[in-house]
Parts: sequence; C-alpha cells; structure tokens
Amino acid sequence: MAEAIQTVRHEPPTIYIKPSTGLAALNLRDLWTYRELVFFMIWRELKVRYKQTLLGAAWAIIQPVMTMVVFNFLFGKVAKVPTDGIPYPIFAYSALLPWGLFTTALNQASRSLTSNHNMISKVYFPRLVLPISSVLAGLVDFAISFVILIGLMIYYKITPTWTALWALPFFLLLAILTALGVALWLSAINVKYRDVNYALPFLTQFWMFITPVAYSAKIISDQWQIVYSLNPMAGVVNGFRWALLGSGSGPNAALWVSVAISMLVLVGGLFYFRNMERTFADTI
Amino acid sequence: MTIAIRVDHISKRYRIGAAQTKFRYGMLRDVLVDTVTAPARWAKALVRRADPQPASVKDNFIWALNDVTFDVEEGQVLGIVGRNGAGKSTLLKVLSRVTEPTRGSVTVRGRVGSLLEVGTGFHPELTGRENIYMNGAILGMKRAEIDSKFDEIVAFSEVEQFIDTPVKRYSSGMYLRLAFAVAAHLEPEILVVDEVLAVGDAEFQKKCLGKMGDVAQQGRTVLFVSHNMSAILRLTQEAIVLNKGQLIKRAPTPEAVDFYLASGSQQAGERVWDAEEAPVSAAPFHPIALRLKDKRGKVLETARSTEPITLEFEYRLDSPLTGLRVGFYLSTMRGEYVLTSFDTDEPKMFEKHGARKAGFYRSRCVIPGDFLNEGRYAIGVNASSFGVRRYFMDENALAFNVDISGAPGTQWPELRQGPVRPRLEWKIERVD
Repeated sequence: MAEAIQTVRHEPPTIYIKPSTGLAALNLRDLWTYRELVFFMIWRELKVRYKQTLLGAAWAIIQPVMTMVVFNFLFGKVAKVPTDGIPYPIFAYSALLPWGLFTTALNQASRSLTSNHNMISKVYFPRLVLPISSVLAGLVDFAISFVILIGLMIYYKITPTWTALWALPFFLLLAILTALGVALWLSAINVKYRDVNYALPFLTQFWMFITPVAYSAKIISDQWQIVYSLNPMAGVVNGFRWALLGSGSGPNAALWVSVAISMLVLVGGLFYFRNMERTFADTI
Repeated sequence: MTIAIRVDHISKRYRIGAAQTKFRYGMLRDVLVDTVTAPARWAKALVRRADPQPASVKDNFIWALNDVTFDVEEGQVLGIVGRNGAGKSTLLKVLSRVTEPTRGSVTVRGRVGSLLEVGTGFHPELTGRENIYMNGAILGMKRAEIDSKFDEIVAFSEVEQFIDTPVKRYSSGMYLRLAFAVAAHLEPEILVVDEVLAVGDAEFQKKCLGKMGDVAQQGRTVLFVSHNMSAILRLTQEAIVLNKGQLIKRAPTPEAVDFYLASGSQQAGERVWDAEEAPVSAAPFHPIALRLKDKRGKVLETARSTEPITLEFEYRLDSPLTGLRVGFYLSTMRGEYVLTSFDTDEPKMFEKHGARKAGFYRSRCVIPGDFLNEGRYAIGVNASSFGVRRYFMDENALAFNVDISGAPGTQWPELRQGPVRPRLEWKIERVD
C-alpha cells in the first residue's frame, strides 16, 4: 500500500475532462488546492478597494457611524423606538455592524463573477474562489468598524458577558454563511441575467426592513416570531445584541430556524453554483 | 511513448441565438415566457416524442468543435492551425478546463498551464511585484514557487526599475513583457499557448519564441496555436489543421502548413465568401470575393513571375463608412510578410474614397511583373478605419503559386533566396 502511494506521487495527476451530467459534485478538494488563490484574491480586494480615495479605510467607519447618527435621530429621537433601556446609538450600532458585513459581503460576492469575467473566460480555477474571497474580504471592514463599537461600549459603560466570546464568532459565522449562500445564487444568476445588478440594491433595502436593525425584534408579536426568524439575519442581529448588550433572549427555537434556513440556502446555493459553473465561461 | 493528452471525439456546441445577437445577455423576461409555456411543450413532447426545447433554442447553435480526436505524446510540441472560427481557441479552452465539452472526453496527464491570454488578473492599481504574485496564483502557482522564481521573472520581463510602480503607469510593452514573463515561468507538464506572440515588438517576440523553444527542450508537452506560420514551422514538428470545428489534417508541420495555406481557396486564384462565412462582427462590411487575374483578365491558377497580376477585392457596404481603407497583405508560405498595401494609401485616393456610401465596390490593383520569386504565396485581406476599427481581416484568404520561367537567372537551376525576384538592371564595367 505504501509503495503504491509512492509511485503515484511521482506521476503527474491525470485529469479527465468530459461533459458533466446530472448533479455536479461539489469537488471541495479542488477548492482546497486553490486555497492560496482565495488568500491572494482577498489581498487584492483589500489592496485595491480604497485605492485612489481620500479617506481610504476610514470609509469602513464612516458608513456605519453616519447611518447610526441618522438612525439615532429618526428612530431614537423622533420615533422613540423601544430599546430595552439601551442607549439608542449603541443599540443601532451593534446591529449595523453585522448588517454592514452582510450587505458588503452580499454585494461584492454577487458581482464577483461578472467583475472578474476575464479571469473566468481565460483560466481554469474553482469558480467558488471568487464569491468566497469576496465574502471574506468583508471581514476586514467589519474588524475596523468593530473598534468604534468598543469605544461606544466603554463610553456607555457596558460590559459584555463572557458568552460573547463564543457567541460573537458564532453569529459572525452565521452572517457570513448567509451572505455566501444568497450570493452563490445571485452571482450564478448574474452571469446570465444582469438583472441581479439592478435587483441587489432593492433586495438589501427591503431585507433591512425585515431585519431588526433600526428597531427591536420585540415589537413583533410572539405568534409571528417564528415566521420572523425565517430571515437568518434576524437571528444574527438579535444574537449580536444579546451577546454584546445582554438585550433580548439567547439562543432559542427561533435561532435554530434561522440557522436551518441559512444552511438550506447555502447548500442549495453550492449545488446550484456548481451546476451553473459549467456554462460560466460560455455565457459570461 | 506515453500519451500526454488524449482527445476523444470532442464536440462543443455554442448557442448563437438570434435573441443573443440582439440583446447581449439573456433577459429574465424571455425565460419567464419560456417557463410559462414549458408545461405545454413538455406535454406535446411526451405525446409526439419530440425535443421539448423551445424553437428558439433548437435552431440557433453552432458546433465550434465537431468530433475532434487526436493524441499528443509526452514531450511533443504540436502546432494547431486554422482560420478564424475554425475552433482552435475553443479546443484550447476545453483542454485548459475553462469550458466543458458538449460531447466526448479528454484525458490529460499532468498539470495544464495555459497562456490563453497573458496578464489575466492583472490589476492596474497593483504594482508589478504584487501583480506577479496575483497572476502566478491565478495560473495555479504556489506562493513558494513564485518566491523562488521571482528574480528570474523580473529579469526576463526587463522591468526591474519599475517593479514597485503600479502597472497602470507601465507602457503597453512593459505590461505585456511582465505578463508573459509570469506565464512563461509556470512549470506545468503541459503548456497551452495561444497567439501570445502576435503582440509585442520584434525583439520581445524573439525572446518569447526562444523561451518556448526552451520549454519544448525540457521535454514538456506544448500545444501551440498561432497565425504566424514561421513561428509554427520553427517551434513544432507536427501540426493539426482545423476547419469549421473539424480536424482535417495531421501531418509533419511543413506539410500541414502547406495544406492549410492551400485549403484557403475553393479554386486557385479565387476566394468567395458565402453569406454565413462572413463574420457578423464585420458588419457593415461584407467581403464578397477576392480574385487574382492575369493580364488577359482570366482568373489565374499559377502566376508567372514575369507577368503582372491583377488583384481584385469585391465587397459590400451596408451603410456608409468614413476613413475606410481596404487592402491586402502578401506573405510567403512561411508567414513572412512581403508587403502590405491599401487602396487609399495615396493621399488623393483617400480624399476621394475615404468616405464610401453603402453599395457594392471593387478595389483593384496590379502587382507588377518581374517581382515575385518562385514559390507559394498567401494573400490576406484587411478592411479597416485606421485607429477606429478593423472591420474585417482574413490573413489567409487566398494562396497561389508563382512560376519563374523566363525570370532572370533561371538558366541556373538553383533555388534563389528571398521572396522577390526583380529584373535588376546590371552594368558591368572594367575599371582597371
């Protein structure tokens, strides 16, 4: 057995190319061999993103902070949305962080295939590299704007609970996987139908209304909570507030509905993407 | 010998539907309509056992590759020739796994590196150094591999001074050199090369050809596509000829090249373009026919070196064009250019005919007698507006032979070097 492995190692790998029929295999091993490309794509994205801008990476802070200021005025001062006694600025900011990560990741990843069309039509690599690296690149902006959150928490003298140590990474992962799942569908559709480009701003705007970013999920009556949690981002935003500010309830049935939906979208997206992948180079 | 690439009855179908020429991308609306009418179609198909595809899908496709089969041995350098649209690029795309075949299969032993287009993934904002890493990663190199070859790549590209400058500040030559340098230092078992040599200055082309030669000598398998016959002849021993998606010839390179150049004309001395043969992209320009005639106005098969040849190019313009120039290239069978000439080269001709109304035209010129040497020549045609657009180009529209009987020096039965054989006026004087 050991000998067999040794002889195999000296042989160049043999690749079979044929039309794929039926449901394409996910072939995640191929993705693993190209992991360095994921790293380089993230690196390129970050290098390029704020090139030729005056404020550079400060934009990662300006966007959520300005939104917080506007929300604070509209929902905190004018509409007086109930916040469980939490100061509205930090109430909004703790939700704007995961929400910002989600929309940036979703937007970039959904356009990742069309904006790299020359790569797709010229070179082979697992196409999944593109949406995955776009989503991961969003984490850097998240990290930068997280610094402001720490400042806000110190200012408002809020101490996070120990559960935040595992809960934040968990909800972060849920946000990323949700963004990736939706982006897999949208990016693959976008290759053929550029309608996605026009639908995206609508989608994110509409999605924010059904996510408790500006308001608390508590204003939704109990019998609608499960329906409400069909939106995985509701689970993410609630989770962030719970872990950081101790508001609302911890993981409950509604959260597992969110997780299940997110996984369903992701796995479905992976298979849909892999199946559309074979025609990307021809239709892009 | 082991087989490195086995191509087994490969076919590739592309949709070129009328809908797609009108709208660049598919529209959701069309799909929605198709989806709504689908149940009816499927039901009909079940009853009649017909193909349930909508009519719009069935009719509009082309076979870019049609049942192509061949093997490449390990360490072989195989040339691929064929006119535009013959399926060369599609074949390379299938081999490098960019696109899937519709039918058939390919077995490839080893990593395939492709130079389908150099500089893929280059970002203008990144520096030369950063782009080397980026591009290397896209081409499938590991970071350590790029590290170890970095100096070599930079030296080859000759851009050492600017390696930390964003490539958007590079001249196009520098950009290209850097891009080719990265690709050339890939070390896959199989290298697929398409037309990279068509660009860059003569000096750099020479360097690229040298590099390709090195690669071949290291015993790696190379597939090489080019319109440059002299490059094909120099770098490959064997070549295949593709025509309309089919493999029509496989032979030692000189024979294959000759076959390819000869296959250009349906009849010696005349080339006629069918309506569907003229590319859509050429519109509003439509080539109709290219003819070579002798001085009696007869379409010739073999030109005589001592007699003038009349070249006629007929074409149609569907809408008026300004700045148009229609002309030809004359090249030897080996791909070396002899001359290039356009119908509006003379300023006063350009003034008069630079703007042409829609209609049928014939551009005609005379290649003088006592000019060409014996051998086989190719004529390419080109219709363009300088600096604006190239409407149509066919580098190998027609091939013809030149017979030298009666030309100067024929009393010695030897091969005279060079493509021209002018009758020069010699004077011999005694000067002692």
